[in-house]
Amino acid sequence: MDVDLMIRVFPFFAEAAWTTVQISVLALVLGLAMGACGAAARLSRVAVIRFVGAAYVSLFRGTPCLIQLFVLYFGGPQIGIELDPFAAGVIGLGINIGAYMTESIRGAILAVDRGQTEAARSLGIGRGQTMVRVILPQAARLMIRPLGVNTIALIKGSALVSAISLVELTYTAQRYIGSTYKPFEMFAIAALFYMVVIWVALQAIGWLDRRFAIDGGR
Amino acid sequence: MEGLDFSVVPPYADLILTGALWTAVLTISAAAVSFAGGIGFAVATMYGPWFVRLPVRGFAWLFMGTPLLLQLFLIYFGLVQIGIDVPALVAGIIGLGLHFAVYNADVIRAGITAVDPGQNEGARSLGLSRYQSFRHVIVPQAVRSVVPPIGNNLIALLKESALVSVIGVAELVHAAQLAISETFRPFEFYIVAAALYYVLNLMLEAGLRLIEKRVEATR
Repeated sequence: MDVDLMIRVFPFFAEAAWTTVQISVLALVLGLAMGACGAAARLSRVAVIRFVGAAYVSLFRGTPCLIQLFVLYFGGPQIGIELDPFAAGVIGLGINIGAYMTESIRGAILAVDRGQTEAARSLGIGRGQTMVRVILPQAARLMIRPLGVNTIALIKGSALVSAISLVELTYTAQRYIGSTYKPFEMFAIAALFYMVVIWVALQAIGWLDRRFAIDGGR
Repeated sequence: MEGLDFSVVPPYADLILTGALWTAVLTISAAAVSFAGGIGFAVATMYGPWFVRLPVRGFAWLFMGTPLLLQLFLIYFGLVQIGIDVPALVAGIIGLGLHFAVYNADVIRAGITAVDPGQNEGARSLGLSRYQSFRHVIVPQAVRSVVPPIGNNLIALLKESALVSVIGVAELVHAAQLAISETFRPFEFYIVAAALYYVLNLMLEAGLRLIEKRVEATR
């Protein structure tokens, strides 16, 4: 192991890790928004809207995220959408993970006992109010873990944006492998940073899970 | 804005379909590695001695905590560093196979653990050997709960096989890129590639549903 080299390139990897964090956080925000909209669409009373929601989930979960990024970044200019790698990365990853978020959010809402809706409705509470005040607070608790799993997948998936030449962790590792021919060392540093980012995310998810657990955490 | 024109695609149909074929070959080969590896890792971590268990756990931890793309780079460029020159296709199969072996191992371990311990005790008290009990009593029951999640991993594997294009394997994405380099029509060819992945995915899902039904019928 060439430790000297590892110490020398460390700051560049730290900078790249910050880009990975930024991409992941922004894509997560977009993904959650898409997921909320997607779940609302899939649970809609209007058949056309339900179909749009189902098509979104099926298409984006049924094709590779890499291709989706390529269509957006390389194909976009052909239909008048020109994005820099960062914007394309955030939008591509966000829309992709949104399809998975849609299913997690929908699953959590459907997992809330039907009796809760019936009881609220029979008390004279409107449909919207029942959803916002009765169902969602209970579903939110059930969502934390599946949404957390998606978030970890998103952080690892953010490596794909290296393929549209965004300088994040994987791209940096790739660049230094090319110039130093020391793949094991470069992989070790990049892996270390990914694990730190993922560890922090896992702590945050664990904290949320405990914070919102009805029985005060297990 | 130029208009979209899918008539640029047919001249490259052969190239693209060959790419899709290689994607299928890659997926099937990597799936075989991931099954064998998954069973190996699961058995090693459940029944192996500590000096087998620890490295396998460490390996699994490393593979789950880092992106697949980085792992592919490591295998393709890293093995050269220690004097092993593997072709890109082999590196892709090993990389995808090992990555999903770790996920399959998790599923298999959970499936075996979920079988009621009473089943093993019952079989053993009937005079079956430890191996016979495992082979004829535990495994058939574990298989039922293991098939659906393994199927999900297989679907993920098919999609992730696209990543192997970055180390130069001539699969579907790579074929699309080749066509794009000659025609400068990225949108059309990536959409066609996406459509083919979607079709492969639907076929795989249909196949998995059949298998799930058959396994379910043995209950």
